[in-house]
Amino acid sequence: MTQQLVVHNPVGYPPKVTGKPLAPRLDTLSGRTVYLVDCRFDDSDILLKQVQDWFAERMPAVKTVYKPISSVYTRDDPATWKEVQANGHAAIVGVGH
Amino acid sequence: MDLKYQVPTVALHTQMFHRLTQSVARMNGAPRMRQVYLPHPVMGKTAAELRGYIDGNDPVTGRPVMQEVVEGLTRPLGEEDRSGVSFERSTPRLCEAATPDALQRLFLDNGWTDGLPIVLPTDERVAEMLRHTRRRPEEVVGHLAPTHFRESWEFTVEKVAVNAVMAGARPEYFPVILALASTGVSARGSSTSSMAAMAVVNGAIRHELGMNAGIGAMGPYNHANATIGRAFGLASQNLQGGSVPGDTYMGSMGNALAYASPTFAENEERSPWEPLHVQYGFRPDESVVSVFAGCRSGAFTLGLRHEHWREHVKNMLRGMDPNDSPTLLLDPIVARLFIDVAGLKTKQQLIDWVYENGRMPAGEYWDYQLVQNYKYPRATFGEEPYASRLRAAPQEPIQIWTRDEINVVVVGGETNGYWRIMGARRAGAASIDEWR
Repeated sequence: MTQQLVVHNPVGYPPKVTGKPLAPRLDTLSGRTVYLVDCRFDDSDILLKQVQDWFAERMPAVKTVYKPISSVYTRDDPATWKEVQANGHAAIVGVGH
Repeated sequence: MDLKYQVPTVALHTQMFHRLTQSVARMNGAPRMRQVYLPHPVMGKTAAELRGYIDGNDPVTGRPVMQEVVEGLTRPLGEEDRSGVSFERSTPRLCEAATPDALQRLFLDNGWTDGLPIVLPTDERVAEMLRHTRRRPEEVVGHLAPTHFRESWEFTVEKVAVNAVMAGARPEYFPVILALASTGVSARGSSTSSMAAMAVVNGAIRHELGMNAGIGAMGPYNHANATIGRAFGLASQNLQGGSVPGDTYMGSMGNALAYASPTFAENEERSPWEPLHVQYGFRPDESVVSVFAGCRSGAFTLGLRHEHWREHVKNMLRGMDPNDSPTLLLDPIVARLFIDVAGLKTKQQLIDWVYENGRMPAGEYWDYQLVQNYKYPRATFGEEPYASRLRAAPQEPIQIWTRDEINVVVVGGETNGYWRIMGARRAGAASIDEWR
């Protein structure tokens, strides 16, 4: 009979996952400001301009603000997040690729 | 933005990233985060084609994209949306007993290997590895993640030892492997660009371990070089919680250099210049490992010609992707040619020459996709030197790199004056002596 071995598991230790609530949703987008946040990666700007055009044509009561992040997507950008929080009602984040 | 700033948000992704983005949302405790998918790719498509994406259906759900976007911002939250999902996972210390063949299969099927057979990490082998560091087995070495936006996993000295055994490393190599793991740099980055890592060892430990800095140093002719590099790769993928294609690994083409994470000693004895670690402020008598990340682009040639060396080197530099940092890997013969033929007496003079002469027209530079992704955003918000370079006329030749992006390593056995430029960024370094 072939020998049975006990060996170590090579995997690291995952962090505990803590549930986080989503932000309350809006009852309507009409009359509200939606930020189109551009993560500036692989033509995401062109993509979000199409989203902006779609709102202008199909839901003109929605105000959209095109907002590129302050630097590259690998860096946190609290200034932009705070601006969206202060001046917007919702956001669409476009990542490109 | 949705979770931290409580702004209702929808994220647009391409369908290629469906598994990854769902996984990231779950690990952030919000698996029902509103995510809408578009056809892949976005890059290179015209505005009209992208408008077609917006007017079309989500390829994952089959529902209209913009209907999903609007609903994602307005549909009332359910119970799970309001609470998120909490859970804990654990990693057992040991695997269930099995035959060696069954364990090889288990490790392969679980994605714990590089696809090649491994040395099974028995308790005896792991214990022997642990005897070669003064650090306690349960001591936390650090944290690793495949990308910056995924959760970091924690790992201990013992976990690094397990992976070192698997790679076939001898116990005396263990401090180098611990030092590599402590840098926090993953050799299994998830980037779509298919990255690999490279490690350069300096100091006395090169001789203590019999590492190779001479003929065939970059592989595959030395046990220490080969197994330390393999251990770096295996440890990275396992300690960060995986490197699974489509989930925790998105490298489109893959990278054969990732099998080995090329690891070698610098040929300090034959180099005319100060060693890499001394250049970066470590003591000459210290043993240090430096990690480079990227290893995707490269250029290569023989020698340095008296008449046209400048043009030849400029051509090599133009062959690199401008977002990759050039690391010159010079056989000692070539290092001396840079002194004798080019008149660049010091390593810093060589770096300065590359900095001054690595140029291309501004219009071409700024149009590179990776420059658009990683340098242009920094330029538009005033970060120097990119902001000044952005003001250049399209035909004006601008510098491609900053001085601190350029590195020089001397390696090789002087069988001939070959050299190459590896597109690889110096991503970290650690004292090996700290981990003895």
